[in-house]
Amino acid sequence: MAEGMIHNKTDFLATISTKLGREQSKQVTRPDWKHRPQLEILKKTSSEELAAVFTKNSIEKTTNVIQTDSAQLGEVLLETFRKYEGGRIVATKDGRFSDYGLDVVLADSGAHVWNSELGEENIEIAKQAAIGVFFSDVSLAESGTVVQFNDKDIARSVSLLPLAYVAIVPKSTIVPRMTQVSQTIHKSISEGKELSTCINFISGPSNSADIEMNIVIGVHGPIEAVHIVVADR
Amino acid sequence: MAMKIGSKPFFGRVDEALQDEFMRKAMSSAQDRLRGKKMLATVEDELVGDWEEWRSAGEEIRRHTLDNLDFYLDQLSENFSKRGGHVYFAATAEDATRYIQEVAKQKNAKKVTKAKSMVTEEIGLNEALEEVGCEVYETDLAEYILQIDDHDRPSHIVVPSLHKNKEQIRDTFRDKANYTGTEEPKQLAAFARSQLRETFMQADIGVTGCNFAVAESGTISLVTNEGNANMVTTFPETQISIMGMERLVPTWEELDVMTNLLSRSAVGQKITTYVTNLTPQLEEDSVDAPKEFHLVILDAGRSKALGTEFQSALHCIRCAACVNVCPVYRHIGGHAYGSIYQGPIGAVLSPILGGYEEYGELPFASSLCAACSEACPVKIPLHEQLIRHREIYVKEKAKTSEKLAMKTFGIGASSPSLFRLAVKGMPAMMKPFVKDDSISGGPGPIKLWTAVRDFPAPANSNFRKWFDNHKRGGGTDG
Repeated sequence: MAEGMIHNKTDFLATISTKLGREQSKQVTRPDWKHRPQLEILKKTSSEELAAVFTKNSIEKTTNVIQTDSAQLGEVLLETFRKYEGGRIVATKDGRFSDYGLDVVLADSGAHVWNSELGEENIEIAKQAAIGVFFSDVSLAESGTVVQFNDKDIARSVSLLPLAYVAIVPKSTIVPRMTQVSQTIHKSISEGKELSTCINFISGPSNSADIEMNIVIGVHGPIEAVHIVVADR
Repeated sequence: MAMKIGSKPFFGRVDEALQDEFMRKAMSSAQDRLRGKKMLATVEDELVGDWEEWRSAGEEIRRHTLDNLDFYLDQLSENFSKRGGHVYFAATAEDATRYIQEVAKQKNAKKVTKAKSMVTEEIGLNEALEEVGCEVYETDLAEYILQIDDHDRPSHIVVPSLHKNKEQIRDTFRDKANYTGTEEPKQLAAFARSQLRETFMQADIGVTGCNFAVAESGTISLVTNEGNANMVTTFPETQISIMGMERLVPTWEELDVMTNLLSRSAVGQKITTYVTNLTPQLEEDSVDAPKEFHLVILDAGRSKALGTEFQSALHCIRCAACVNVCPVYRHIGGHAYGSIYQGPIGAVLSPILGGYEEYGELPFASSLCAACSEACPVKIPLHEQLIRHREIYVKEKAKTSEKLAMKTFGIGASSPSLFRLAVKGMPAMMKPFVKDDSISGGPGPIKLWTAVRDFPAPANSNFRKWFDNHKRGGGTDG
């Protein structure tokens, strides 16, 4: 992969340094922030309590929440699919489907599993799909949010194009809030690890209040959302 | 069209707005709802803790970032380009649009989809892209409404179509896009969805603004609700994001704090439905991600605030919390400001970006009640900056027209006979305008004042007459 071009940087930054009345800074150390209220939220909260907060906040964001365990997950997923009356299903390519024994459920439901080798065909299928199903990589209790680290297999389209998204939320992925994900990402960057091209925080169906401040659910993204919270095995 | 809205003078725009009953009702209702939602998500949300601590955290982060802006912009651009993205530093709006036009021409682009972005309004990007043969599609619901209504202009930073009611939107959709449904918001939104669905897929270029860029990773973060920003950044081969040069944070840890401040202050949400964090694609192996990613970093007057008492105006995160509490905005609405940046922050930023000649009167559109400064999630002292703008503006004006007026007054005041004549003649001159001891609809210098409130009629007597009479031993009422 070739590096990109940078245009006009020297003059641009020189203008800023001059206005700030000094030479250009070559090294800056982030201060130890005096104010860090984010660290206090849901501090020392148990996994069970976090799951309860996640559920409450998902519902607040007009998301349907189903609680289950790994033994029942296959049946719960099938039941969820049935509610959409045979509409097409698209799933990310994710080893966790197999780990949870869901390969069979996907196959029996005729789900299309994302395959980047098929190119645009994947997108055409996702456009027609009733359901996009994926695993949440991290889940935020404070806001009922699921997080995807997208790549060629964990495709962006799966949570975006179908009429509904279904996110499987292993209880162990639930953290208090965005703070914990941000700290993890910051640490991994410091260690020189590469970042996913898209880190997507999703909290329920798309919506808008642009017309007379009335909330309309379902604008350009999904119209419905389901979070299936799974107790850890 | 860029930053400026309309061509009428400021007071003409205010007069027009004050006559618009619907707009005024829409503004007050929207302000109440937005402010109510914000309160629920901030000071009234027990889970969030002490909101003042959050504001202090925001202020601390923004101050440090702006104090070291050159360093963090350097870091951002290096990290973005290491991943294969292209960075263009644009000193002016023209530089930015010229670069984007070049990219569009190179890509032979015909269709461009756009997510909501005030900075693209500021640089007049749509017109620039149309000049090189592109069809530009606004995809945010509010921006879509404005675009099909003959390119109407935004009246609010967060909800640009706030000045339109659902019946007006229905009629616009019917007249301009063959809509046959009702004025129900759900139907109107569904219509926009159906109209734009294929366009998203066909676009050659997707354009976004940038809520925050993250220096440590070369990431662009978008804070949205409708899903259109995700569509715009998922399907076109090329993505172009444009950011004001101040819109960045050092690391993901600060992104966390700023996202929380923005979501809660702007729309009263714990987090918006989508927070989409995009970094150029390393391997170019995803089917649904752009192959080429350009980042345009814009100065366009912002650097004029650096190192001055207005530097903290650049801390703004465009949440519009100040707009939603401003009593003046409530009455005159967004368009009266004549700038795409409205309300208190607009009155502070517009003169910095566009100069006093064009926007120098805006700082007077404030009661200086300081509600804006209290609402600001990053503690910008907005009302103090409005006062400072006024001082500068008056000083500038005094050099020209007011100097002439003061000179005229000086001549009158230095000649006792001229002064006596003026004082004596005032009641007679004002007589045609006096009713019940007050003046409404007065002339000349009191015209603007009396357009909105009464002015006391000049007394038939005056201090000199009273004093002479008093010396002669007359009554106290002269």
